[in-house]
Amino acid sequence: MVIKQNILGLGVILISLFTMMAPMKAQAEYGDVVINNYADAAEMRPAVFPHWFHRIRFNCSVCHADLGFKFGAGKNEITMAKIIEGEFCGACHNGEIAWSIENCDVCHSGISGTPTQVKGSPLRASNIAAPK
Amino acid sequence: MYKLSVLILIASISGVFSLVASADSSNTFNRMLKPQAPANLPPAEDGLHDPDNPGTHMLQPPKEAFEGLVKAKWGNKVDWIKSIKTKKISPRHNASDAAPKPIIMNLNIVRQVKGSMPDVVFPHDRHTLLLACSNCHTGIFIPQKGANQMSMAAIMLGESCGKCHGAVAFPITTSTCKLCHSKPKAKNSVLKRSVTGS
Ligand code: HEC
Ligand code: HEC
Ligand code: HEC
Ligand code: HEC
Ligand code: HEC
Ligand code: HEC
Repeated sequence: MVIKQNILGLGVILISLFTMMAPMKAQAEYGDVVINNYADAAEMRPAVFPHWFHRIRFNCSVCHADLGFKFGAGKNEITMAKIIEGEFCGACHNGEIAWSIENCDVCHSGISGTPTQVKGSPLRASNIAAPK
Repeated sequence: MYKLSVLILIASISGVFSLVASADSSNTFNRMLKPQAPANLPPAEDGLHDPDNPGTHMLQPPKEAFEGLVKAKWGNKVDWIKSIKTKKISPRHNASDAAPKPIIMNLNIVRQVKGSMPDVVFPHDRHTLLLACSNCHTGIFIPQKGANQMSMAAIMLGESCGKCHGAVAFPITTSTCKLCHSKPKAKNSVLKRSVTGS
């Protein structure tokens, strides 16, 4: 029983390691999040949130505890109305902590049609499952 | 001297031929090991940002930001923990105020691992440096040693430790196994465990 479980676990690891060997295309930065629940439909480019850039400046808890961002690409249902009310990105992008939201295309910088996703490890099954 | 250069010429010609031949052949040296994709590309070239968007060109290229940080082989190619410990970066713990510092909890949780891999040590100190208790407790983990089911399969699916490790925190790669599996097992315990287990 224990051995069976181990074999199953190792199988998952091995399969995932093989998918890593598939030819790799140009790669976005690890942890970049594309947020596109509404942007495409509103004919805006999807928003791209760079984790690496923000984590140089802030601890995870600032966003994921103090500001209430849930873990999960697209899970927060961010809209511009909420942002101008000072929620989510608008808690900082308000002209005080960081530049304000007139700079539309600095956030809305993704290639149109890119679905909501996190550019995490290609080995993580939930990343593989995300539609291309 | 002359003979040598003829030899080199012959060798290089046959080298070219063997290259051509091997390109046609299905028996290449590395069939599955593909070359690594380039890392830390500037936004306009990363396949995610639209190069036709003016704002894309205002974004900072990751290479420029990572200059001087402690390097790693995985994820962003940055060792975030070491970069903080060596004060290369000092992320704020509050959105608008640089003064507050995180309260660090020193509590290691050892998880015995089935099979031959070293046991897993979960270090609270490194996590509370960056995260709040509420980020894990109780949404991802019940705060009780041994109370949570964990396995590599679940982690690879993006559950448990894999909620963060594989998305933002260091991913599961051959060079990171040892960061989690860091406590060597007592001698013979592997054998004993599998004998008693079957
Ligand atoms: C700080 C980053 C940021 C800036 C700056 C920004 N947005 Fe957004 N915007 C977002 C995010 C995040 C979403 C959610 C995207 C989604 O789910 O599709 C969004 C969604 C939208 C949407 C679709 C949903 C809605 O609320 O209608 C529109 C349209 C939009 N933005 C327009 C704009 C315009 C116009 C500007 C400039 C005046 C702008 N945005 C500036 C981050 C930003
Ligand atoms: C400046 C704010 C900010 C900081 C700091 C931040 N995050 Fe995030 N995080 C976000 C946003 C925004 C999203 C996407 C949420 C959405 O799309 O609704 C996200 C999503 C995530 C996700 C979900 C990815 C998935 O699987 O879909 C994880 C995990 C995560 N963050 C972990 C972290 C960790 C770990 C840190 C610290 C090293 C961190 N974040 C720091 C804003 C932040
Ligand atoms: C905790 C505060 C905070 C939150 C929340 C936050 N940002 Fe930022 N962001 C910053 C700061 C600070 C900067 C740097 C400002 C500067 O360079 O003047 C920045 C810069 C950026 C940049 C430019 C990066 C570059 O290359 O210069 C983008 C894009 C961005 N944020 C997108 C977002 C989006 C999208 C959201 C919401 C999903 C968000 N941010 C939420 C603080 C925040
Ligand atoms: C990154 C996720 C994470 C964070 C953040 C975190 N913990 Fe934990 N905690 C865990 C894990 C994993 C365990 C082990 C659970 C198990 O073995 O099933 C644990 C176990 C515990 C336990 C049980 C110890 C025992 O001996 O039974 C306590 C108490 C605890 N955590 C308190 C805290 C407190 C207080 C904080 C904030 C200061 C915190 N944790 C932050 C992941 C986390
Ligand atoms: C809420 C997000 C989150 C969860 C859940 C989480 N971690 Fe982490 N972990 C991080 C972050 C962020 C770091 C900092 C290093 C990085 O970003 O690569 C880290 C660092 C570590 C380190 C330190 C590595 C070093 O360089 O010293 C270890 C070990 C580790 N995690 C193990 C675990 C284990 C084991 C689990 C599951 C029991 C787990 N983590 C769950 C976010 C998380
Ligand atoms: C983020 C931390 C982390 C990383 C990185 C990691 N593991 Fe694990 N591993 C765990 C945890 C947690 C368990 C479950 C321990 C338990 O049973 O409580 C585990 C269990 C295992 C098991 C036992 C079978 C099972 O699924 O329970 C094997 C084998 C294993 N890991 C192999 C690896 C290999 C090989 C790598 C590198 C490719 C790796 N692990 C990387 C955290 C990690």
